[in-house]
Amino acid sequence: MTQSLTQAQLVAWLGAFRDAVHEHRDHLTELDAAIGDADHGTNLTRGMDAVMALVDADDAPDTAASLLKAVGMKLVSTVGGASGPLYGTFFLRAAAAAGDAETLDAEAVLGMLRAGAEGLAARGKATVGDKTMVDALTPAVQALADAVGRGDGLPAGLRAAADAAAEGREATTPLEARKGRASYLGERSKGHTDPGAASATMLVEALADAVA
Amino acid sequence: MLREPVVKKLINDPADVLAESLRGVEAAHPELRVDHEHRIVYRARAKSDGKVALISGGGSGHEPLHGGFVGPGMLDAACAGEVFTSPTPDQMVEATTVVDRGAGVLHIVKNYTGDVMNFEMAGEMAAADSGVDVRTVVTRDDVAVEDSTYTAGRRGVGVTVLLEKIVGAAAEEGQDLDAVESLAQRVSDGGRSMGIALTSCTVPSAGRPTFDLPENEIEVGVGIHGEPGRHREALTGASEIARQLVDPVLADHDFTTGPTIALLNGMGGTPLIELYLMYGEVTRLLTSAGVEVARCLVGNYITSLDMAGASLTLLAADEEMVRLWDAPVSTPGLRWGA
Repeated sequence: MTQSLTQAQLVAWLGAFRDAVHEHRDHLTELDAAIGDADHGTNLTRGMDAVMALVDADDAPDTAASLLKAVGMKLVSTVGGASGPLYGTFFLRAAAAAGDAETLDAEAVLGMLRAGAEGLAARGKATVGDKTMVDALTPAVQALADAVGRGDGLPAGLRAAADAAAEGREATTPLEARKGRASYLGERSKGHTDPGAASATMLVEALADAVA
Repeated sequence: MLREPVVKKLINDPADVLAESLRGVEAAHPELRVDHEHRIVYRARAKSDGKVALISGGGSGHEPLHGGFVGPGMLDAACAGEVFTSPTPDQMVEATTVVDRGAGVLHIVKNYTGDVMNFEMAGEMAAADSGVDVRTVVTRDDVAVEDSTYTAGRRGVGVTVLLEKIVGAAAEEGQDLDAVESLAQRVSDGGRSMGIALTSCTVPSAGRPTFDLPENEIEVGVGIHGEPGRHREALTGASEIARQLVDPVLADHDFTTGPTIALLNGMGGTPLIELYLMYGEVTRLLTSAGVEVARCLVGNYITSLDMAGASLTLLAADEEMVRLWDAPVSTPGLRWGA
């Protein structure tokens, strides 16, 4: 059973996330069209394509921290919108938390994801219940923390995190948005799943798939 | 699911719309310079040393805002994002560094979550990297959005055009950064807007309208990104629609205490003959409410691609703002006295 995250698995995570946003690009854009401005799928695929060009290059950064930092800067400069600074901040803070750790054990992965999720929430000034990415990420981090506390191991812990993210995503549907463009709709934002919570769930699921 | 585009557009590959449009801007306007790598429109001839510089930026699709307002008397540079998508911090840092004449730079930001976050990151990066004194004004004039500390707050729309003109004139005549920042805040605070849409708009990469609007309905309180408004109503005559623009604006702010500057703005898909008709209806209502319009603009200045519809912006101005409004300006989108 995998008990630490390897550099190859980090790369596989990013690749799986790229594949997921490609596969679900139109779905993300349709969710965004309902309560936002219909660009979430397009922007994320552009950003993740740029990220994978960097990751697949011969001179790609070869430590977890340097790779995640480069990913964050690339997302900030290519995605735009609100998602660019939000996902960019997620990876920049995760990179800082990874530091110069030689191996990313379950504790280190939890620290990384927690720092990323908290940084993202601070950048967006959002909390759980605002109908945003935070609604998927915060329960995912909590589920991983619980699993690590039980000594479940990384694959099981990340699968629990992915399930919690998906649950959080579904829970955004009846909510009235309080942050971002969807908040302009007030009551009319109810009944639609938040596109940011949907892509954030893909991010966690991709990580769970990469270490499974 | 993939869908075939259904709206006709004068484009090649939807992914190239912004880059190819900027090439056209460069070809049409030798007085401007385009940095294609960073997607920034600059003045070809920078203003003199010691003057405050103004940059703005935002998603594309609102033309002439912002690139069309670069030139003497208005902006020094504009950062273009993808259609309806904020530009990125690296663009803003580059623009800030290039236009700084040693007197500081004002960032003019419309209150949209993405724009605010990207400019916020840019401000942090520019201060850390180059030490330029960056100040920021965020416009938030759209009364269709309920204001609350728990939400993203009101959108920045039409007052942004008036602010870029008035504050641009102040920077051009040599007012310092503190004065420019304070004037910008006063203009932002005194502006209120309300918009309606007759149709949705079509983002080139989506190929089909962003929302469905039945033929006999209008979207009231619409923004400038094809985001739906607050509610829908049956389509009525222009005099009734004018009331739906004027009433919420007047209910939100007192415009009877001084001169008012008005903008009757088209969303991109409504002809000028209708915009002037609407302006006539609007002035009738304003006059009966005791509002004195000192200056006005009628036309397409902050658009939403091919959306049909209009917005009204009123600015509670003062004598200095009116004087700066009258100062010479020479940009592709606004030009007088120069």
